[in-house]
Amino acid sequence: MKNGAGADAYCRDGFCVLPSRSFLEVQKLSVWYGERQVLKEVHASFSACSIVALIGPSGCGKTTFLSTLNRLTDLYPSCRVTGSIRMGDLSILEPKLDVRRLRKRVGMVFQKPNPFPLSIYRNIAWPLSEHQRLRKDEIAYRVELALRDVGLWEEVKDRLHHSALQLSGGQQQRLCIARCIALEPEVILLDEPCSALDPLATETIEGLLQKLRSRYHLMVVTHNLAQARRLADEVAVFWVVEGCGRLIENGPTERIFLDPIEPRTRAYVSGLIG
Amino acid sequence: MLERLPVLQRWVGDTRLLTGVYWGLAWGSLGLLGYWVMQLGLPIFREGWVGISWGFLAEEPLRSGRAGGIGSILLATAWIVGICLMTALPLSLGTAILFRQFQREAPRLIVLIRHCLDVLAGVPSIVFGLFGYAFFCQFMGLGFSILAGGLTLACMILPVMIRVLEESLAAVPLAYEWGAVSLGLSRVGILLNLLLPRALPGLIGAIIIGLGRAFAETAALLFTSGYVDRWPQSVMDSGRALSVHVYDLTMNVPGGERSAYASALALVLTLLIINTIALACLHILQRRTPANAALSLGRSR
Amino acid sequence: MFLSSSLVDRIFGWIVRGAGWLSVSILGLITWFVAWESLPLFQKVGWREVFGAKAWYPLEGAFQYGPMVLGSVLSAFGAVMIAVPIAFGLSLGLHFFWSRALVGVIRQILGLLVGLPSVVYGFWGLVTLVPWINQWQSPGTSLLAAILLLGGMILPTMTLMLDQSYARIDRSAVLAAHALGLDMPRTFACVVLPHTRPALGAAISISLGRALGETMAVIMVAGNIVQVPSTVFDPVRTLTANIALEMAYAMDQHKAALFFGAFLLVVLNSLVMVGGWLTRRAGEGVHA
Repeated sequence: MKNGAGADAYCRDGFCVLPSRSFLEVQKLSVWYGERQVLKEVHASFSACSIVALIGPSGCGKTTFLSTLNRLTDLYPSCRVTGSIRMGDLSILEPKLDVRRLRKRVGMVFQKPNPFPLSIYRNIAWPLSEHQRLRKDEIAYRVELALRDVGLWEEVKDRLHHSALQLSGGQQQRLCIARCIALEPEVILLDEPCSALDPLATETIEGLLQKLRSRYHLMVVTHNLAQARRLADEVAVFWVVEGCGRLIENGPTERIFLDPIEPRTRAYVSGLIG
Repeated sequence: MLERLPVLQRWVGDTRLLTGVYWGLAWGSLGLLGYWVMQLGLPIFREGWVGISWGFLAEEPLRSGRAGGIGSILLATAWIVGICLMTALPLSLGTAILFRQFQREAPRLIVLIRHCLDVLAGVPSIVFGLFGYAFFCQFMGLGFSILAGGLTLACMILPVMIRVLEESLAAVPLAYEWGAVSLGLSRVGILLNLLLPRALPGLIGAIIIGLGRAFAETAALLFTSGYVDRWPQSVMDSGRALSVHVYDLTMNVPGGERSAYASALALVLTLLIINTIALACLHILQRRTPANAALSLGRSR
Repeated sequence: MFLSSSLVDRIFGWIVRGAGWLSVSILGLITWFVAWESLPLFQKVGWREVFGAKAWYPLEGAFQYGPMVLGSVLSAFGAVMIAVPIAFGLSLGLHFFWSRALVGVIRQILGLLVGLPSVVYGFWGLVTLVPWINQWQSPGTSLLAAILLLGGMILPTMTLMLDQSYARIDRSAVLAAHALGLDMPRTFACVVLPHTRPALGAAISISLGRALGETMAVIMVAGNIVQVPSTVFDPVRTLTANIALEMAYAMDQHKAALFFGAFLLVVLNSLVMVGGWLTRRAGEGVHA
């Protein structure tokens, strides 16, 4: 079920859940790395079951923003995050939050495909068995399900126990996505998932993302405006203002590309700057 | 590796003479090296081989070592080295892991500790022997014992092993860890499934280096594990290591040359065997892991 | 595992941290112990006595370290002076002149020599080197024997370190030299030497440290008489040998004196290391 500009209901696994206008609410989010502020007071709310594209020139904090959503910023001791992010009833920036549970609900796919140097099977089975106690056949079932979802099953079913590193770039990226969705997340964060891939693989991934939008909330950072326009339901535009990143505009894709409010957005999407 | 320059190019140009000098220096050095290795190796093999037999390896020394064998000594050595490795390996592994974790949080502290470890690695072994004597034998009350000797050796090889393990862990790209952390995987799991398997060659290398140094070490054991050459009953007994035995036979036992040759040969052969096993292990490991060149992840973002 | 994952993680964190701090604290422990045990020397005997003593008569309270420090320094520096040219020549051959097969064999042999126990070296020195020197001038156990033996012991390490530093040179620089038609000496001077100067410094300092700290081999060939050598054929005693020889029967202030000897060793070693770091920094500065 595709969602248009405003979500009235979102669907997972074939049945609809309570309608919810904004699935992810971000308020006054600021991020510092040491003394340097990289994100300043981001306000946004995103509706569920959609693809949100985060666009903007390099260095304006898009990836940092993504990293706050699954608390990956915790890995950097000099990083300080203030503000609030609410996902449903969960406050993400709460210090006492069980981040491992959070990261199960919010998955991440990186720019350069990084499957583990293990077998294809173990790439998916290991995270599964860490988060849930499952029998061997259940794990095998879930692995196959995930691989089918990303369209890899037919290609790898005969070599599940071979190293994941032997796959092509596009296949590896799909494996990383499969790894995420095997955990049944609610949100998937993708940091320029196609930039390291060739055009054919890019096309496959984009098709996959289209397919997944009905089940998960996808947030995709991309430099490719055409890709953003193709894929996204909503777009968030980031910019560097006075030395730190800010979210200058967000809204439905059509509006951002055809009738943006901010002059900088207008210039960026028409390719004049950026 | 530098390309070997084609013969013609070596002799072309107005620096023919200089090239010739370099060439002569190289071959002359090789000659010296070869001569020395021959001088070193031949007597030991020739004289030592005569003395070695299965009986020699199994019996205990008689008449201060002039007769009999080195059985009890081999046992003591094995225990000493065993204690050394069993202590040093977990400690150095823990420290290497700690370094990797603290790398981001307190990089300057890590640099300081690394320098300290470098200094420690250069400290003469006799100083470790003194430390072992003062700390393990007297302060901890272990007296002259195999245990004290093993622990002292462990302290000695700790810096080297930490460095080797640390480097092999650092060779695992960070991108794997980001992926694992973003999936909510536990630190233990990351260590066991990602880090250790990749660091295994380095781990084996560290073990081999540690083993080699432990077997070859003498000065640190003189005052810690003692001189007794009887069969040790427990780790609290005093025991003599093979290297100490060679020293004793050479310096303190007139007429002990034959046994000394044989013991020295036994020592050298043991080290050769260890080295060969190490190379074999590394070879097997390299064949098991497929070419990781396919995935060339950079080390930093 | 799934249920208590975070608990397991925390316990694991403690264990790792404990192991780390334990092994790091050993450095402090060693330094402290050596200093602590040296203290009685100054408490009982006094500073002036130690540094102004005439000779080394420990049982009578005379602790003059001078000849032994000299013995250590002379033998170590002499060893380095012998080893450097040979190591240099070998490394040239390994990288410019010899075939792959030969290079492989030599590297293996050097690797084995590095791991050879010092008692084996010392043993050989006593049964072969010393009698040979004895033919020229008795006794054979002498400073010369120590220098030659130590030189042979540090040679493999030094060669291998130089070898590795050559291997780390940027290939493109070498190819550029080829493309320019540079011959061997020029390639060496323009490409190899600048890159490896810091490594040479490191190799020398590490080898020097090893030579200073060598105990067993030196005991066996150097003669162990506490005196300032007038020729290379005179026997000497190094700081390390002194400790090993006298520790067995040392009491009280004698023991403390030996610990102070160890302290002097550590100081010497640190000086050498600092020297090595400085050369490396200087070399890298030139590059950057």
